[in-house]
Amino acid sequence: MADESATGTQSGEVTMRLWRGDDTGGEFLDYEMPAQEGEVVLDVIHRVQATKAPDLACRWNCKAGKCGSCSAEINGRPALMCMTRMDTLPAGEPVTVAPMRTFPILRDLVTDVSYNYEVAKRIPPFNPRPKTIDEEKAGGYRMQQIDVERSQEFRKCIECYLCQDVCHVIRDHEENKTSYAGPRFFARSAELEMHPLDVNDRRELLQQEQGLGKCNITKCCTEVCPEHIKITDNAIIPLKERVVDASYDPVAWLGRKIRSRKKSTPAEASALSPATGPAAVQPPAPVHGIPAPHPHAVAVAVSATAPVAAPADDLDLTAYSAPTPTTAVEPPAATAPGEDAPAE
Amino acid sequence: MTEYETHDFDVIIVGAGGAGLRAAIEARSRGLRTALVCKSLLGKAHTVMAEGGVAAALGNVYAEDSWQVHFRDTMRGGKMLNNWRMAQLHAQEAPARVRELEDWGALFDRTKDGLILQRDFGGHRFARLAHIGDRTGLELIRTLQQKAVADGIEVFMELKVLRLLHDADGTVSGLVGYWRPSGEFVVFTAKAVVMATGGVGKSWMVTSNSWESTGDGHAMSLWAGADLIDMESVQFHPTGMVWPLSVRGILVTEGVRGDGGVLRNSEGKRFMFDYIPPMFAAETADSEDEADKWYDDHSAGRRPPELLPRDEVARSINSEVKAGRGSPHGGVFLDIATRRTAEDIRRRLPSMYHQFKELAGVDITAEAMEVGPTCHYIMGGVRVDADTEATTVPGLFAAGEVAGGMHGANRLGGNSLSDLLVFGRRAGIGAVEFASGRTGTVRVDEGQVSEAIEGAVAPFSNEGGENPYDIQHDLQATMQSLVGIIRTASELEEAMGRLEELEDRAKRISVGGDRRYNPGWNLTTDLPAMLTVSRCTTQGAINRKESRGGHTRDDFPKPVPEMGSVNFVQRIPGDGQGHDGVGGTPSILSITVQPEPIPVMPDDLKVLLEEAN
Repeated sequence: MADESATGTQSGEVTMRLWRGDDTGGEFLDYEMPAQEGEVVLDVIHRVQATKAPDLACRWNCKAGKCGSCSAEINGRPALMCMTRMDTLPAGEPVTVAPMRTFPILRDLVTDVSYNYEVAKRIPPFNPRPKTIDEEKAGGYRMQQIDVERSQEFRKCIECYLCQDVCHVIRDHEENKTSYAGPRFFARSAELEMHPLDVNDRRELLQQEQGLGKCNITKCCTEVCPEHIKITDNAIIPLKERVVDASYDPVAWLGRKIRSRKKSTPAEASALSPATGPAAVQPPAPVHGIPAPHPHAVAVAVSATAPVAAPADDLDLTAYSAPTPTTAVEPPAATAPGEDAPAE
Repeated sequence: MTEYETHDFDVIIVGAGGAGLRAAIEARSRGLRTALVCKSLLGKAHTVMAEGGVAAALGNVYAEDSWQVHFRDTMRGGKMLNNWRMAQLHAQEAPARVRELEDWGALFDRTKDGLILQRDFGGHRFARLAHIGDRTGLELIRTLQQKAVADGIEVFMELKVLRLLHDADGTVSGLVGYWRPSGEFVVFTAKAVVMATGGVGKSWMVTSNSWESTGDGHAMSLWAGADLIDMESVQFHPTGMVWPLSVRGILVTEGVRGDGGVLRNSEGKRFMFDYIPPMFAAETADSEDEADKWYDDHSAGRRPPELLPRDEVARSINSEVKAGRGSPHGGVFLDIATRRTAEDIRRRLPSMYHQFKELAGVDITAEAMEVGPTCHYIMGGVRVDADTEATTVPGLFAAGEVAGGMHGANRLGGNSLSDLLVFGRRAGIGAVEFASGRTGTVRVDEGQVSEAIEGAVAPFSNEGGENPYDIQHDLQATMQSLVGIIRTASELEEAMGRLEELEDRAKRISVGGDRRYNPGWNLTTDLPAMLTVSRCTTQGAINRKESRGGHTRDDFPKPVPEMGSVNFVQRIPGDGQGHDGVGGTPSILSITVQPEPIPVMPDDLKVLLEEAN
């Protein structure tokens, strides 16, 4: 029985080709569903659950493109299921939905995205400058709209991790996850670096521990971002420039030696952390896989893969398509982030 | 006996939306072993859906704003059913809570002087909502999430809590739940528990709420012996999307109206001028000309009727549609395209622009939106002490949407995000103080644990029973058609009967597969709470024989003064034993209801309400 809640105009059938399986293997299964007007992919998945496969695993929350839970690869393209309208997909062809390939499969369309939460713990937190006397009196910091807008762009991020999913550095190289933060967290660092109040300096950490140099700016992350954040142009490239400045520019180096630095190192910054009480003195829990920032790390030469202009307009996302439909496939290696995994 | 893992903490917070995160940050900062348990991934809670802003009398745009005016607006918006002390604390403390977010990294939009910008919203006399475009909730949750991570708070993600555990004397001793990815059971012992589980909207068909809003905290608290109040007070947000059907109910921020958007019927008329209630007549414009002057200068005219409180606007839209003056898909038109430049609309309302463009193929800078009421928020909830958020169960605290009292019969827009911050923090302090004073080892009762686990796994052994999705569907259809925006005795009684049948059917659910990330099974564990809160709302609605705020009775269309001084209180006498509900929970038939007087407001606060009139 079709779900009565969706009574849109019927216009034939649609084949949903959904990946079913877990970390030991699985296959694409076809579900024939009546087509209904105005639906997004997630609506049809919900009808499959309600009528044909109640145990079909799928992660979702808001169904309005605001929470970033329902990321998947639809016809091979990383996208949110709730923001992909059925009528934008080729009519008469099966709609293939596979889990994100970069993360271990938990079940069906749900992946283990804990790698991202571990990386997040390693970003030195926000650390604001003290308020001025005027600001204390006014009851809050003064910042101009134009100055907050740069960071606001990155704070639009809904943490869907599609940028992480599509990033070559970790998509097919599990071993890189121990030394690479990924586009989401480069955007996070850029947001903090450009924050009008923040005084931490994350540049050495970005280069040495978070693999900023490994990004070769192919802009795949920007291409898939559902919030249309210009991750490559506005976050990663400016970060690379700042890191290069920090490492190479003898004038800047001399300037830092002579003048008291505006930005402090992560170690200094955490000592200045506004938090008080036991929480503040407790070091962050150690994270398996991602090395802790070394407080005495010094800048070294940037890696050979540092900024290289890459054409963006010839990006072909279909090149990163899901496993071939209709046959049983090997899911991505189910090892936890940080464990040694064979590179393909 | 099924095996389970165990954890021990001083304070456990259930729910990682704004209230839960704020409570956890507070408890952790005071040095207690604190854990945060949430049903989804961290950062996905329903708080991200909040759009327009957080209400606080910062006075950055209108210096004459003050906590007293915010208090007055909140009480009047709530039709005086609010817990006055909560409304007072909320208005007094919201500014500090908002400024604190900025100290933790939040980046609000700015005034020309570089301070936090504030926007107009329904029912607020002054521009009061601090905001970031129309994605304020995302900013709030991300700021709190990042602060919680920096503070080293332990988070248990995708962990569904089934039941609270308690000592022989009724004091909370912990909780039992399961990991959604693995289906493995987990038992926590805790000296104090904070419920911050959000709302109940998933029991209606047209709702702005996500799958998570199943009333878990309301139901678990009730089962553990807590009182619920005002459960009939459900807010239908006036502007949800109505087309296409797949997006029906998704929220359209009140910020559209705050920034100049107006409502029109199929004749193109700004119909809200026909629906100004006497209570708000003195402060509402009676011509389009006067209303339009107000946006730029609040002293040049009175406020437009589109910015009346949400209950008034939702009822008016409902009346227009019923009178045959609706839009093609059963809503009305929300027009900002003819009133603001395309550039302004995209800058001020970026996610609305995006949402309509991508989901409905509508360009809101060129066309009107079609909108209609959608189930949005429950004002009612767990009865708490205003200062500490302690419930009537020792060791149990509640904050945010799950708690009742603060918003009375109708919540003003923007008062939810400030509620989360003010009372999340206070609940954290309350829980810390209780936990610190608690002596002796906290032990769990194995019998309670096995009862919860056995109840949860039972559907796997039922053969050929009910489909959980069918029951959810029928429940949503019942609540939508019989306990919706306009209510009447006969329909409410019919709903009571249907809920009883649904409870019976829910006991016969069968599910297939295993426990690992199994949405069908997960839904069966949500249904007992959904049925419980639906029963509470229906039962409360039968008893409140008047219309007040979000609760509108067709058969009692006016407020009744005597009813304005009582809460309808629901509880389960004894421990619910002898009743056989779904999955071993107390049956919905064991819930009782009775009127109890609301706390009496002191004279110095009463004066504030009179003065401002």
